[in-house]
Amino acid sequence: MPVSLSLPGPRAVSALDRLLDSRVVWRAQESAAEAPASAVASGHSALDAALPAGGWPRGAISELLSDGAGSGELALLWPLLARLTREQRPVVLVAPPALPYPAAWRQAGVELGHCHWLDVSGREALWATEQCLRAGCCAAVLAWLPQADARALRRLQVAAASGDTLGFVHRPLTRVGEASPAALRLRLHGPGEGHTPALEVLKCRGGWPHATRIAIGAGA
Amino acid sequence: MRWACLLFPRLALEGALRRRDDPAAPFALLEGAPPRQRIRAANQAARAQGIKPGQPRGLAEALCPELGCAPLEAAAVERWRQRLAAWAYAYSGQVSLDYPHALVFEVASSLALFGPWPAFEARLRGELAALGFTHRLVVAPNPAAARVLVNAHDGLAVDEAGLEAALARLPLARSGLAAESVQTLSRSGFRRLGELFTLPRPALARRFGSGVMRHLGELRGEWPLALTVYRPAHHFSRSFEFDRPVHAIAGLAFPLKRLLQELSAFLRGQDAGIERFSLVLGLEGGPAQRFEIGLLAPQREAETLLELTRAQLERVRLEGPVLSVTLAASRLTAYAPVRRELLAGPARQAQAWAALHQRLVARLGGAALKPLVEHREHRPEAAVFAAAGPRATDIPEARLRPGWLLAEMPPAEAGIARLLAGPERIESGWWDGDDVRRDYYLAEWHDGRHAWVWREPGGEGFHLHGWFG
Repeated sequence: MPVSLSLPGPRAVSALDRLLDSRVVWRAQESAAEAPASAVASGHSALDAALPAGGWPRGAISELLSDGAGSGELALLWPLLARLTREQRPVVLVAPPALPYPAAWRQAGVELGHCHWLDVSGREALWATEQCLRAGCCAAVLAWLPQADARALRRLQVAAASGDTLGFVHRPLTRVGEASPAALRLRLHGPGEGHTPALEVLKCRGGWPHATRIAIGAGA
Repeated sequence: MRWACLLFPRLALEGALRRRDDPAAPFALLEGAPPRQRIRAANQAARAQGIKPGQPRGLAEALCPELGCAPLEAAAVERWRQRLAAWAYAYSGQVSLDYPHALVFEVASSLALFGPWPAFEARLRGELAALGFTHRLVVAPNPAAARVLVNAHDGLAVDEAGLEAALARLPLARSGLAAESVQTLSRSGFRRLGELFTLPRPALARRFGSGVMRHLGELRGEWPLALTVYRPAHHFSRSFEFDRPVHAIAGLAFPLKRLLQELSAFLRGQDAGIERFSLVLGLEGGPAQRFEIGLLAPQREAETLLELTRAQLERVRLEGPVLSVTLAASRLTAYAPVRRELLAGPARQAQAWAALHQRLVARLGGAALKPLVEHREHRPEAAVFAAAGPRATDIPEARLRPGWLLAEMPPAEAGIARLLAGPERIESGWWDGDDVRRDYYLAEWHDGRHAWVWREPGGEGFHLHGWFG
């Protein structure tokens, strides 16, 4: 690579900023400082082992990419939600893809009294997600935001950091090629014939993603 | 008993300044009829340009062309006195406006709550500074002494033992005696109150009249003093008028903040909160635009009120240029303040959650935030929707149910790869006229997801009803 002694031009700087902003490139310094500050166990030992922090990153957004409702997102998140709601801490679902069926959620161990869902869409869903993340009183915020672009995700990432809240943003698989500022990106695979859903870690802060599929418990 | 006296030496000027966008710009109050108006008072910026009380208006405007002027309004000053009394009423049950330019109120009973005095004093001064009023503050054993001592002191606090000495040092001109008495006394060679205290009382009364005797008695707390006690109003209505019409909601932020601060002070004085108030915007050339602002729970903190009002106004379109804003509140409700600093972990969490809940509902509407409630109902859609109906606490559903339920039930024939489990007959609802008989199956979707589908017993055609997450 040619070494240039002149200062990088404005275009080079903005290109670098763009890379940093999109979190394709990490500053080594930054990731050392932010490193596994705190993580929340996911309830899936195989997943925890694959994540550098040992669980869901706290105060950050985890992005879940899937084909839509039923791709294993509930099997993935229910153990966490069950533990948080049993600790009497509120969990908010923003703009879920369908109606949450209370009986199934209770069967999964979720305390329904601490689970709330927001029936909103469009810009209001983005606003509500940001409010819930920033308030710092929700144990976890799960949002289904197909409309969110990288800028919106960055706002949410900042809100999650300032509220020190676990944030999960679900987006369609078509977004997989886009840059994303989320601290963790997972791709979900529906249960299929194997009868258990699986996931791939596409990107995670502070470590290299595993290229393998990780099975997540029995689908429910 | 201890009484505090607050003297507001620049009440008229500062009251008028509060209504100006830029209080730091040169500004003066005028007195007199229009052709011969004179400067009554001027703010610092105007004084720095040479504006002095007593100058004719023409001269003042020649000295400082950008000088803003307004006539002195006795009614406005009186309104401010009432507002300050309402503010003080938050701290004391006995507030009096009997003295012009001053406010006296009893503080001994409030010390248990707000004391000790230095902390209480700092709090009072901090709030007055935030309201923008220059003031002097003195505490004395009785209101008459407090009123007189504030003429010469600021920050003085005297008790019973120190009262006589503090009064004795006061010059007669500042002792609150009638002007003619002061004149007579100074002709006789008296300069300070202390010199009168040393005289035999019968001689004093004989030479200078009973008015002097009475005043001295009141100052020393020997004569009772009848004060009219301030009684607060039970509704709140304040307006703000713009100099120029405002075209955007954003332009309302400044007056709204002021009005809500005053509302908050008023509510504290009443020891009440508010759940509903109205905002009326006076429009240029049209009928007024009116909003009702409803809150979920009684509130009274200015910041909270402002945030919630903003959230509700964000969705509003102005129907024309705004000339004035009026905030009115008539129904006060009981309010139990929650002291944030007193709360530990879970309670603070609960309060933060309540605040978030309120914010969400204020903007999204009450129906948007839904709880997850399991109803004892066989029909899946009713188990989710029915607001009525018994809760399924006694016999919880034990069979396999999907995490997601679709509100619409589209035909599913094309998507199903194969059936994995079923059928499970679900049959109910005939009693409310919504008869349902379905066979449910767990099906694998062509992309590998697991779906919950049904068809009518013996019928053709599957419908998609849910997803297993």
